[in-house]
Amino acid sequence: MKIVLEHLTKRFPNRNKKIKEDVVAVNDFNFTIPDGKLIGLLGPSGCGKSTALNLICGLEKPSEGKIFFGEKDITELPPEKRGVGLVFQNYALYPHLSVYDNIKFPLENLRGENKLTKEQMDKKIREAAKLVQIEELLDRRPNEMSGGQQQRVAIARALVKTPEVLLLDEPLSNLDARLRLQTREELKRIQQETGITTVFVTHDQEEAMSISDMIVVMKDGVLQQMGDPQSIYDEPANLFVASFLGTPQINVFTGCIKNEKVCIGDSVLLDAPGKDDLEVYVAIRPEGFVVDENGPFECTFVNREVMGRDTSLIVTHPEFIGEKIRAIIPSDEAVHEKDGKVRFSLKPKKVCVFDGETTERIML
Amino acid sequence: MKKNLTAWLCLLPAILFLGVFMVYPLIDVFVYSFEEGYNFASQSFWSVGFYNYSYVLHDPFFIQALKNTFIIVIITVPLSTGIALLISLELSSIKALRDLFQTIYFLPYVTNTLAVGLVFMILFKKTAYSDGLISILIQLFGGPSVDFIDGPYWAKMFVMCFYTIWIVMPFKILILTSALASVNPMYYKAAQVDNTPKWRIFYKITLPMISPMVFYLVITGFIGAFKAYSDEVALFGTDLNAAGMNTIVGYVYDMLYGNSGGYPSYASAAALILFAIVFTITTINLMVSRKTVYYQ
Repeated sequence: MKIVLEHLTKRFPNRNKKIKEDVVAVNDFNFTIPDGKLIGLLGPSGCGKSTALNLICGLEKPSEGKIFFGEKDITELPPEKRGVGLVFQNYALYPHLSVYDNIKFPLENLRGENKLTKEQMDKKIREAAKLVQIEELLDRRPNEMSGGQQQRVAIARALVKTPEVLLLDEPLSNLDARLRLQTREELKRIQQETGITTVFVTHDQEEAMSISDMIVVMKDGVLQQMGDPQSIYDEPANLFVASFLGTPQINVFTGCIKNEKVCIGDSVLLDAPGKDDLEVYVAIRPEGFVVDENGPFECTFVNREVMGRDTSLIVTHPEFIGEKIRAIIPSDEAVHEKDGKVRFSLKPKKVCVFDGETTERIML
Repeated sequence: MKKNLTAWLCLLPAILFLGVFMVYPLIDVFVYSFEEGYNFASQSFWSVGFYNYSYVLHDPFFIQALKNTFIIVIITVPLSTGIALLISLELSSIKALRDLFQTIYFLPYVTNTLAVGLVFMILFKKTAYSDGLISILIQLFGGPSVDFIDGPYWAKMFVMCFYTIWIVMPFKILILTSALASVNPMYYKAAQVDNTPKWRIFYKITLPMISPMVFYLVITGFIGAFKAYSDEVALFGTDLNAAGMNTIVGYVYDMLYGNSGGYPSYASAAALILFAIVFTITTINLMVSRKTVYYQ
């Protein structure tokens, strides 16, 4: 089921009653989520991504705009009529019911022609349990299971009524690091097996990058960019997107464009045809540095961190915004250090230039 | 050893206090109940046996008190808990004026029992000047004049139960509203997304979640209703036997200090019978709860 958002806006009255202005949690969203894809809604906490999810789910009513599932306008429909499955951040498993009864719960609500017999329910429950691999846990209570297992139960409960759309609110945030890795693979597998259009909310860019077919990046209720993970990483639309995606973070410098050249301090780095006299931010991905004795970019050497496959060079530069620059280079590469200075040349594809005022990307 | 000594020293005041004012009297009551023909003044008795119990169980006043107590318990405990639950549900679903309603519902709890009794007199008692408000209302709709305080048994019992329910309700509402507030709203949202009908949300989610509190109210409600006495006095005066509205605790009191009193042995026997009843009911409650109450 394709999901279309049209001018979707959600305003909340300000908690502080003295401020008349409303808080805009979701500001004029326009995008289409294609059928059968796994979409990551990504943004820092408080950016309105959960609100966006609640709007799609129906737990919140939009202030303006419309939501379509397929061709059908469902803006006015209550959540129970939308046919969505929702997995809560804390899973919201009913603690007094066994796993089996938890998964059965949505099925028992079916009425009329959709009403199921006991055998049909049992079959569906076991299918859902098999899909998320919890068949042997059906008799347990939620508090007798690990976080990862509870999460699977929550997904099974959301999937058992075969929803058109599956929504997950920070599905992995309650899991420890290892389990998180494992579960996100699992999530991808389940989504691919079922082919249900799935939207999940996360503040973890790595999570979003690793499993999403498409990422929607938000900040302060405003859509920043959407696209497949690689293209967002390679071609960020603005400075925020560039610095939000990628670990280690992108290195941001203040610089300028003079005489059709991009410069940081005295170092002339790139050509900028047709541009002149601009204050800019220059952002360089950690993997964009190449150690080069004759390179144009000189930094002060601080430290090197060996990580096995690669090495992180920690360096500093007066124009850098932040504390230390991280350059990732292959471990076998020699570092020519001279008077505490290292010189780099840069991979042009890994360098992005942003307008000094608007922070929008300047295409070179 | 030294550690233990400190612990015992710390416990000493409590042990002494409980021993003198709780344990000793309990044992004493038990002993009294088997001493036949016990005389309080001379501290003497004829013999030891079950005569006191036999006397109490054959005393028509006791049978009447037993019957009254059971009727009060059976009617008021389920009704007050049920109504309190309904009111709490309503209270937690409204937003406007909730504090006001909460205060109103809680007022009877802080009002003096006897003052409340007076209000009930005005509502129900038939005097030379007035038939009582409720009776007047009944007559307005073409019914007979009913004297709720000195009239037929069912009328008196009605007032009694009404009064008991009214007086125990505030506490139950207080407990239940806070229990309802402590249920994570996330569960309701989850149920809503799954298209769960309202009654099913209540029955399958809300009720199990607040079941420990409901159970607590039922147990204390049972015990409280079995020990009813002061409310009866507030409505019908001290001569409860004459009114036919005595309760077991009332009977115990009468046996000790009433006009026909001065029989600590009979009183002890009656008290122990009450204890046996309360104990049995509470045990049954606990057994039922093991299957139905969910503890997180």
